[in-house]
Amino acid sequence: MRTAAVLVLAAPLLIAAGPPPGASSCSGCHGAVVAGGIPPIAGRPATELTAAMRGFRDGSRKATLMDRLMKGFSDAEITAIAAFWANPS
Amino acid sequence: MRATRRGLLAAALALPAIARAQGPARVVVLGGGFGGASAARRLRQIAPEVAVTLIERSATYHACPFSNAVIAGLRDMAAQEFTYGALAADGVKVIAQAATHIDATARRVILADGGTVQYDRLILSPGIELRFKDIAGYSDVAAGVMPHAWKAGPQTLLLRDRLAAVPDGGTVVMSVPGNPYRCPPGPYERASLIAHYLKTHKPRAKLIVLDAKDAFSKQRLFQAAWKSLYPNLEWVGLSGGGKVVEVDAGSGTVKTEFASYKADLANIIPPQRAGAIALVSDVADRTGWCPIDPVSFESRLQPGIHVIGDAAIAGGMPKSAFAANAQAKVCAQAVADLLAGRTPGEPRLINTCYSIVAPDYGISVAGVYRPANGVLTDIEGAGGTSPLDAPPETRAEEARYAESWFRTITTEAFG
Ligand SMILES: Cc1cc2nc3c(=O)[nH]c(=O)nc-3n(C[C@H](O)[C@H](O)[C@H](O)COP(=O)(O)OP(=O)(O)OC[C@H]3O[C@@H](n4cnc5c(N)ncnc54)[C@H](O)[C@@H]3O)c2cc1C
Ligand code: HEC
Repeated sequence: MRTAAVLVLAAPLLIAAGPPPGASSCSGCHGAVVAGGIPPIAGRPATELTAAMRGFRDGSRKATLMDRLMKGFSDAEITAIAAFWANPS
Repeated sequence: MRATRRGLLAAALALPAIARAQGPARVVVLGGGFGGASAARRLRQIAPEVAVTLIERSATYHACPFSNAVIAGLRDMAAQEFTYGALAADGVKVIAQAATHIDATARRVILADGGTVQYDRLILSPGIELRFKDIAGYSDVAAGVMPHAWKAGPQTLLLRDRLAAVPDGGTVVMSVPGNPYRCPPGPYERASLIAHYLKTHKPRAKLIVLDAKDAFSKQRLFQAAWKSLYPNLEWVGLSGGGKVVEVDAGSGTVKTEFASYKADLANIIPPQRAGAIALVSDVADRTGWCPIDPVSFESRLQPGIHVIGDAAIAGGMPKSAFAANAQAKVCAQAVADLLAGRTPGEPRLINTCYSIVAPDYGISVAGVYRPANGVLTDIEGAGGTSPLDAPPETRAEEARYAESWFRTITTEAFG
């Protein structure tokens, strides 16, 4: 009975807002320009970001770390993350 | 299913049931470390209509990442210090007090001065408590002689100064706990940098690392580096008799089940559990850590309380500053969603831990995580460590990126 009531209450809930899955972790490393440091990504063209992220994933782009991270994301996820960082809210 | 339903239950019940009729929704963040400070700021950014209060007992936060470099004399302590001015400027109400209890039923936090703070949702990031009693003879007082330096601050400086006073030809002993504990690769970074200090300043002194485990984070990378850089470092694993069971601060003795070591300096890192407030408020389970829903980080024991950072049982995610910050941002979004009547989306989180083995020599371990079967789970094929065979330029690059990471993450958390 209780479960049923909860499900009825829960039904009209809206779908979440916010960045696509994974995107909020990037800003732990990618922030403002740090000399000799990790390059910024915010506000850069989505096509450029997508190309870099895919390049890391398939090994065609040199990396110390990003290759390992990008293996956890599909093409669709990379596209969504790139779109977010091109125009972060 | 259970996880999702519980999240929905909390969402559905919290809103109408708790007195939110007048005024904005109230979120209290308890603990202003990497987790709490990041969560408070992020929530202000994404949900400016929510009133955010931070309860933090210290006016100055001492960051642990890079504190091993302070101990080895490679870095100034001032680089580790952060305050809460930027949070206040962002509109976070900062209460500089210790909390003594959380009343999850009444949804309020009780403060050391007896005052109370009401919340609609609480984000708890209290870090760790050290289990001194797990090592016979060790205590808060003994730590004044045999520092742990596992909470940065005066303990970091004590270990630094005691290390500088070790005689050439002397012996430093480190004790490392079993899993889980704050910062899995941290003890090995520390061992590396202490060995670096000794090699540079006390070439006849040695370091013995007594470990309660046989396997550890980035083990092959650390051991390869030790082999080439630090002949003065001896590591004793569990099966070699490395588990420390007793210390005597008076005589400088460190005992395992099999042997007794006389140390000119002992660094004892004891086993740990979630910060005391989680224990007294029944947010931690029998393991001493806090079980959570991996989508919303809401406690599985106390609805309305979300737990992030070291205190949480985050499945495959290690207890790191990086993880605490990543969880904070996901949790802040989930809390904003729940307060607005939205269902939090399934998150994906990253962790990366850099370690400095020597100046200009950095290595890393990374992972990507998603909820699976109710826990945060490693995505197979992603993550892993730096390559074993990387050239010195790559190690130098990673050391630079580690510095860059620290600047960026502390700016995101503390401004
Ligand atoms: C030597 C060392 C090196 C490390 N290096 C790294 C690294 O390179 N990279 C990395 O990612 N991580 C590193 N870590 C781990 C990192 O420091 C922790 O994982 C991180 O601090 C966890 O954040 P947190 O918010 O959970 O807890 P904390 O940062 O400990 O914050 C908890 C806060 O809560 C406050 N608090 C607790 N209880 C109360 C109460 N009752 N009332 C009021 N305030 C309270 C405390 O004062 C504290 O400020 C390292 C740790 C150590 C010890
Ligand atoms: C732990 C730190 C860290 C995290 C987290 C991280 N990155 Fe990176 N990123 C790097 C580093 C370091 C580089 C430089 C390439 C390398 O050595 O791997 C980089 C490079 C990049 C580049 C190429 C930029 C350029 O100008 O060449 C892009 C794009 C990028 N990252 C996107 C992301 C996205 C998107 C995320 C989140 C899903 C992310 N990164 C998370 C550290 C990080």
